[in-house]
Amino acid sequence: MSIILDHVNYVYEAGTAMEFAALKDINLVIPDGQFIGLIGHTGSGKSTLVQHLNGLLAPTSGSIYYNGADIHDSDYNKKELRSKVGLVFQYPEHQLFEIDVFSDVCFGPKNLGLDKKETELRAYAALKQVGLEDEYFYQSPFDLSGGQKRRVAIAGVLAMKPEVLILDEPTAGLDPKGRDEILDQIAKLREETGITVILVSHSMEDVAKYVDRIIVMNRGQVLFDNEPGEVFKHYKELEQVGLAAPQVTYIMHELKQRGLDVDTDITTIAEAKNEILKALNK
Amino acid sequence: MLRDITLGQYYQTDSVIHRLDPRVKLVTTICFIISLFVVDNLIGYLIAGIFLTMVIKLSKVPLKYMLRGMKSIVFLLLIAVVFNLFLTPGETVFTFWKIKITMEGIRQAVFMAIRLIFLIIGSSVMTLTTTPNNLTDGMEKLLGPLKIFRVPVHEIAMMMSIALRFIPILLEETDKIMKAQIARGADFESGNLIKKAKSLVPLLVPLFISAFRRANDLAMAMEARCYRGGDHRTKMKPLIYKKRDGLAYGVVVCYLALCVVVGRILL
Repeated sequence: MSIILDHVNYVYEAGTAMEFAALKDINLVIPDGQFIGLIGHTGSGKSTLVQHLNGLLAPTSGSIYYNGADIHDSDYNKKELRSKVGLVFQYPEHQLFEIDVFSDVCFGPKNLGLDKKETELRAYAALKQVGLEDEYFYQSPFDLSGGQKRRVAIAGVLAMKPEVLILDEPTAGLDPKGRDEILDQIAKLREETGITVILVSHSMEDVAKYVDRIIVMNRGQVLFDNEPGEVFKHYKELEQVGLAAPQVTYIMHELKQRGLDVDTDITTIAEAKNEILKALNK
Repeated sequence: MLRDITLGQYYQTDSVIHRLDPRVKLVTTICFIISLFVVDNLIGYLIAGIFLTMVIKLSKVPLKYMLRGMKSIVFLLLIAVVFNLFLTPGETVFTFWKIKITMEGIRQAVFMAIRLIFLIIGSSVMTLTTTPNNLTDGMEKLLGPLKIFRVPVHEIAMMMSIALRFIPILLEETDKIMKAQIARGADFESGNLIKKAKSLVPLLVPLFISAFRRANDLAMAMEARCYRGGDHRTKMKPLIYKKRDGLAYGVVVCYLALCVVVGRILL
């Protein structure tokens, strides 16, 4: 079971002076259980792309299949699709509206038509999954800190029990500690439940540690689509499109140039440490 | 879906009309509206139509943009036409069941439709060719004399420009929140009126909160730059009348005189 994008194009304001092609001929296969980093500069089309995956935007041409069915068929149940493909928008805390945290998280499952008990069980489980303490459950969401609000908003989507979780810049505007906490929790969640996760970001540094596959977008097209190590080999091309490989990639390349026999495909600091120690002890 | 609203939208291009002083455009629009109500015969509307066509041609704005604004008033236009058509007393042309259509009714309905259409197009020419900032600057200058009567002209102009500036921002915000809630299974379309109204809560609460947050930020930013109203404030680009502005005023006066003569005296 998977998501397939077949020759997807999307044009904003077609037929006007402001016409702009946000996606150009996108072909992707997203199999179950993969942890994907979707990277691109501002305006590269990554947010537009993820809104196609749960049917919020319809492609100008091309088709999208979820579990083998075309999601834009007239008899396709879009509401069900949106519960299966959960999308957490950028700054999701701006969508909170209920009087307390718990009811806000209940909004999603309630919309799915679940009964009260099931709704509350799911909301409770989701809030636990994002690591929010019980004492906040009955506070107004507007009294929480930025990081806590964001977790509540993510829980609001998790409570729908999606099979695919898409997070659009989940760490934007958070401090380094808040960023690591959110990303670690997402990684843990994925380990426990085995759902597909698509992490949208403009920072390689953020995603390198977690993902199995990186898709790099540039000007509405897929530039690279491969394992992190393979993508970072193109660090010079990445720089040309306003992105950069993680700092550790640069260090490894520099070390190699200076004559130390290290593997330059390394993507995380922990791996780099082992590799350097190995090379030095030889 | 919300991108269709053209109210206060500016069309970027370089034309004589774009370069005119905003005060000229404001006065012209007001004169044009007055002229529409002064004239009361076909020749008068023909003159108004020619004037409008000329201005549109000069403005280099595609006609499509002007007409986009018409969509929103189709309903209003229909009501005005229907009421005038059926409820004007006078010489009956034909009767159908209980409905009487009179010669005067047809005349009134046609004129009302022309008036409304010209009115909307005329004012969209102004907003399409003038940036909101320029427009409020012009308004501030025009209303300047009212300061003697302690009318807070600068503050009114500032409020207007902020309001205009926030329209697209809030539209975008609405679009975003709507999508986020749809992604959480919200349904804004189906159900009866009460259900529909209820479904707006998840949209309106975040929208109001964001509006207040933005207003707060803006107030803070203005204060941080020592904004304290219009007293003794100078402008980087003060509005100064140029030759073409005088010429434009001349054309407008001639147009208005022609309308009065044709509309009232000749016929």
